[in-house]
Amino acid sequence: MKRRTLAAVAASCALSLATLSPGAFAQAPAKTLRMVAHADLKILDPTFTTAYISRNFGYMVYDTLFSQDANGKPQPQMVEKFSESADHKQWTFTLRPGLKFSDGTDVTTADVIASLQRWTSRDSLGRAMVARGVEWKAVDARTFTMSLNQPFNMVLDALAKPSGYPAFILPERLAKMPTTSPISEVLGSGPYIFKRDEWVPGNKTVFVRNPQYVPREEAPSGLAGSKKSSLDRVEWLYLPDANSAVAALQRGEVDYIESLAPDYVAPVRANKDIKVGSGGSYQAFLVMNQLHPPFNNIKARQAFQMAVDQEKFLAAMGFPADMRMAYCHTFFICGSPNDTAAGSQAWAKPDLAKAKALLAESGYKGEKVVILTPTDITYHNGSALMAAQTLRSIGMNVDTQSMDWASVSARRAKRDAPAAGGWNVYVTVAGEFDVNSPITNAYLSPACGNSLPGWPCDEELDKLRTAWLQSANADERKQRLDAFQTRAFEAVPYINAGQYSMPYAARANLKGLDKLWGGMPLAWMLDK
Amino acid sequence: MGYIFRRLLATLPVMAVVAIVVFLLIHLSPGDPAALIAGDLATEDDIKQLREALGLNQPIWQQFMIWIGRLATGDLGTSIFTQVPVTTLLGQRVEPTASIALVTMLITIAVAIPLGTLAAHRSGTWIDRLVMVFAVLAFSVPAFLVGYLLIYGFAIRLPWFPVQGYVKFSEGFGPWLNSIVLPCVNLALVYIALVTRMTRATVLEVLHQDYIRTARAKGLGVLPVLLHALRNAAIPIATTVGMGIALLIGGVVVTETVFAIPGVGRLVVDSVQRHDYPVIQSVLLISAGVYVLINLLIDLSYRLFDPRIQY
Repeated sequence: MKRRTLAAVAASCALSLATLSPGAFAQAPAKTLRMVAHADLKILDPTFTTAYISRNFGYMVYDTLFSQDANGKPQPQMVEKFSESADHKQWTFTLRPGLKFSDGTDVTTADVIASLQRWTSRDSLGRAMVARGVEWKAVDARTFTMSLNQPFNMVLDALAKPSGYPAFILPERLAKMPTTSPISEVLGSGPYIFKRDEWVPGNKTVFVRNPQYVPREEAPSGLAGSKKSSLDRVEWLYLPDANSAVAALQRGEVDYIESLAPDYVAPVRANKDIKVGSGGSYQAFLVMNQLHPPFNNIKARQAFQMAVDQEKFLAAMGFPADMRMAYCHTFFICGSPNDTAAGSQAWAKPDLAKAKALLAESGYKGEKVVILTPTDITYHNGSALMAAQTLRSIGMNVDTQSMDWASVSARRAKRDAPAAGGWNVYVTVAGEFDVNSPITNAYLSPACGNSLPGWPCDEELDKLRTAWLQSANADERKQRLDAFQTRAFEAVPYINAGQYSMPYAARANLKGLDKLWGGMPLAWMLDK
Repeated sequence: MGYIFRRLLATLPVMAVVAIVVFLLIHLSPGDPAALIAGDLATEDDIKQLREALGLNQPIWQQFMIWIGRLATGDLGTSIFTQVPVTTLLGQRVEPTASIALVTMLITIAVAIPLGTLAAHRSGTWIDRLVMVFAVLAFSVPAFLVGYLLIYGFAIRLPWFPVQGYVKFSEGFGPWLNSIVLPCVNLALVYIALVTRMTRATVLEVLHQDYIRTARAKGLGVLPVLLHALRNAAIPIATTVGMGIALLIGGVVVTETVFAIPGVGRLVVDSVQRHDYPVIQSVLLISAGVYVLINLLIDLSYRLFDPRIQY
């Protein structure tokens, strides 16, 4: 009898636990989007870091004066109207009426000017405006002027810059804080409010709809138009285990995986309740240290470039065939407005014989080539190992040094010789907006004397970049872009190791995925 | 009381050594948090300015003195990445870790001690062999694999439990328990194996003692004899269970990762990967303190099982 009672208690316990399932998810509001973010949010200041997760955070809580639409064209966002003088040096902007920060205070030109001053101190396009003597003046609470000492036909492109450092508008008091360390307070006028009390770094970031947000009337397009959200709440979850993330999606505990591990694409595609798509475009970079032999010699860099087979690199990084390009002929994203094949013809097909000849011309004497090989990021590891194999195939003496990404980040800043703790090659990747022009591409934009790891310097490229920035019209800009890229292929500031799309996965009932743009999880586009 | 005071006093030099070793290990290992915070596209000047703002350009001994000085006033510091105080980060992590440690050990004790005692009682029979095969398997199969199998079996095929996440106790006992069943079963398997083997070995040894033979000869039943034997075998078992709790409080990274539990283990690993010095230093120091305290509690518990023990 006792045994039977015990069995009955055990069975009822099991039953009651089972009926509680899925526990955590039964009490949440109906319109909650649960997304597995591509990284853990650590830094809440998108004006300080170029980390994509902080940028995406910025678009949730802040707004911008202008934003790019789905065609890459700058459109007014916080701005109601603007005008420019005939000589393109004087600009006047008027803010939309009723804009408020999420605490209910008005957004004024004082906030805008302080934010723009902070932005120009950090961003490459902002610095280009500083070089043209930019000055901002408030006319009243909604109108301000901008003056330049020479025309700059990329003003709107700069203010609508979607990545790197977008020109987010902060309250004046935050924008005036020192730029030497990140701001920890968050107060924006964007579509969502950050719930600090529910933030668990390393696990969960929560947003709720901002009742103070004033949307535009135009339909959403890219980062432009209305950002009125149909979701009450958005949760970014950080699930470091890809298998668990996929299981949670299958189970319906999450709605969307922003960045699906490439090796899960095929199995997830077999599930009819899940759809897999491709997010934004990315390029893989091979960065060479140009301070030390052998890559301080242009011929050695050209030899490496001649040996690179983009298809092999992307396959080694794990991207499925339909999400990688066999060959991308441009430094500026294939398929983007700046797509050009200029100068690429000689490098389109890997040719090991030519590569060996170029290496011989460089005077390479068998020096050890140190490749920083990250072991904790799968696709970087694949790319670094392929770089090692490529260099070995043309007769170079390769030393792959394994370490975590944190150590790569520290080590690549060292200018010492490779034998003294420096390096020769490291790999990285960048999203389309941080690649797609001579000024937004981080590895093509710095002039000689820069402090970018790799320390590329080519005076010809510097002249061509300046000329491109000063182009008077679209035709001239295209012509100068071609000249810039042709020279970039010759000087090899870095090597484009191929272009791919980042896969995402979502529950079939999630709507609006087709409107996402640039590989960003724009929550206001989504509904369920 | 005198013994407890002396033991607590003895923890001070231990903690001092831990503090110095942890600090040096972290600061001498390669990696630069400033470079990580600034992002992939930051310039060398940006990183240099940030390093200065964070005080990372100061000599190591100076950084150590600042940290120790703050520690003496109870200030564990602030994460250099999230700008969140370490006490807040720890506060968020303690409940999941403590919940999992507690439930895991309850499952372990409930299963392993009867199982080990049974195996000892039926030593040499098929029951004993079956228990030992289970113990070897549970000990040998990697935790992440068991975690995946549990998720597949009891979260996807039979949708009884969630795949991931932790629900706070304040949100209700049912949802709380539901969220930790799979991770606790996952972890308990290893500890069940360990404690079962330990219990079997110690009980078996006691069962061969003369006083047990005498008890049996006097006609005492099986259960009273086993309970009597178990009490005399309790000290090594209590030590194993105590060590298990200490290890679980320190965090169990693999299980926390597989089930996305925001516990202390993941906090430490995330901080190590990012070189978030204040978090690593403080959490490791506190973990070491907890470890020392649990050791003390284990020692004190010996008197419960054997009143002859005097301190």
